[in-house]
Amino acid sequence: MADDLKTVPEEDRTFTLNFGPQHPAAHGVLRMVMDLDGELVTRIDSHIGLLHRGTEKLLEYKTYLQGLPYFDRLHYSAPMNQEHAWCLAIEKMLGLEVPRRGSFIRVIYSEIGRILEHLLNVGTFIMDVGALTPITWAFEQREILMGFYERASGARLHAAYFRPGGVHQDLPQDLIDDIMAFCEQFPQAMANLEALVSENRIFKQRNVDIGLVDEKTIMEYGFSGVMVRGSGLAWDLRRSQPYEIYSEIPQDVFPVIVGKNGDNYDRYVCRMDEMLVSNEIIKWCIENMPKGPVLAEGTKVSPPRRADMKNSMEALIHHFKLYTEGFHVPEGEVYAAVEAPAGEFGVYLVADGSNRPYRVKLRAPSFAHLAAMDHLCKGHQLADVSAILGSLDIVFGEVDR
Amino acid sequence: MNEQTEALTELGEHIAAAMPDAVRKFEVVLGELTLVAERDAILSLAEFLKRDSLCMFEMMIDICGVDYPERGQRFEVVYHFLSMRMNQRIRVKISTDEDTPVPTLTDLHPSANWFEREAFDMYGIRFAGHPDLRRILTDYGFEGYPLRKDFPLTGFTEVRYDDLEKRIVHEPVELTQEYRNFDFLSPWEGMTAQIPGDEKAEASEGEGA
Repeated sequence: MADDLKTVPEEDRTFTLNFGPQHPAAHGVLRMVMDLDGELVTRIDSHIGLLHRGTEKLLEYKTYLQGLPYFDRLHYSAPMNQEHAWCLAIEKMLGLEVPRRGSFIRVIYSEIGRILEHLLNVGTFIMDVGALTPITWAFEQREILMGFYERASGARLHAAYFRPGGVHQDLPQDLIDDIMAFCEQFPQAMANLEALVSENRIFKQRNVDIGLVDEKTIMEYGFSGVMVRGSGLAWDLRRSQPYEIYSEIPQDVFPVIVGKNGDNYDRYVCRMDEMLVSNEIIKWCIENMPKGPVLAEGTKVSPPRRADMKNSMEALIHHFKLYTEGFHVPEGEVYAAVEAPAGEFGVYLVADGSNRPYRVKLRAPSFAHLAAMDHLCKGHQLADVSAILGSLDIVFGEVDR
Repeated sequence: MNEQTEALTELGEHIAAAMPDAVRKFEVVLGELTLVAERDAILSLAEFLKRDSLCMFEMMIDICGVDYPERGQRFEVVYHFLSMRMNQRIRVKISTDEDTPVPTLTDLHPSANWFEREAFDMYGIRFAGHPDLRRILTDYGFEGYPLRKDFPLTGFTEVRYDDLEKRIVHEPVELTQEYRNFDFLSPWEGMTAQIPGDEKAEASEGEGA
């Protein structure tokens, strides 16, 4: 038997391996058919769509407001960031202004979403390359943030908190104080996490110079987010095509974090630093948040106050019509994009003037990143595949939609 | 805002002048530049958009199909490009039907590979010269094109695990209750500022004059 193994000729070392769809390092339901030459990857054929729920089709059959909660289910570790893109698209079509306090709350929760997502990604990424402790430390912080989600919207995950015209409810003061208290302790928690991982010899061996992304790859494969910034390009939609109040945030509070080499390790460092920046942005927003309405009141997209409905027939009719017929969006098309934690999340909305969208295309960052998997992994070792996959920040909710 | 619209209009004019055979028309709506292009010239147009020093649309952001069943050429293929250097976006639209293939952009933008596969999967739009035009999001062995307007929301088949046969079986969809597609579009138009009947007054005024 042992003799047989030795006599396998050199050219027969190529074989095909199935990775997933159930594999802890696949970050969901990814099936990859890998052609290997010994330990070297020669080709990766990713099979996706195992989580395809037809979100785009469903949205065509729902009113604009009913469609909103579907966005929570795309990138499910940072739900509000996707809702944000949908709201921005609708607001652009309607020419709707968001009240300033609403804008501040949106930014706070977008940044909380970013921390949530980066914590999840960094935690699972480190776990993929072998360390089991950091994910529990990361999830300890996530748990607190999920609590903030719940206290603002009533749901830990599927928030449906951002609405066209603002956010659904104002934040109570004690919640704002608690978010501030979280921000005070967060840098220390990150420092602990970093001390555990950043200089770790095994972690570095697995990630430095692995999964190099150069500028050509970025342009050709349509990368965005940390995948771009990790390679030294200062591209952040929050800065380059600002929405909400991002343009008002001073440079020292919100610098664009860039890496140097574009490898897995740099992307990890970028994410760690971006969390600290997000933390600063939240603090800045809380300190500068004005008082006032949070939802564009008195417009046809926002519900009337409950008190008004008790006395005013018109308010009652408005409420009923808003939640049955919904509001009409004028004919036209629009593309709105936000800097979601994974990268550019865009919504291409075609409206036909009725209360339902004619066509919605969701542009998911992970989809473009995963498409480059074959290109990125070619020539790498089999063990690097899961490291590269971890550093891409793939969430299957939005890849498969 | 106006400055931005002006700049985009200038860019549109520049592209239309440089590629007169490819660009049918362009418009700037809501601060977004849209080109309507000839289907067969999409490759040369995309190449121009990528190389031209004023455009520099090096990044393919998205490709998607849109279905308009009432049109002769029922599908629109919508491309979104981004230029990081110039910090600008552009949308290019072409139209096609079920049988006419669209030239692929895979050689120019490798990211087009999966986006075109998705458009093929969802709408059945064919891309000529695509290296690997397989279905991508739907199930293995799926039939039909789910995002077409004539494809029902509930689909045609449903799957379940058959415990007796020990395998997954596909069966025609059986709903205990039909999917209720409510028509909320009342003639009452309660959500608009216009009062129903106003249009009659306007029409009769027009006749009178």
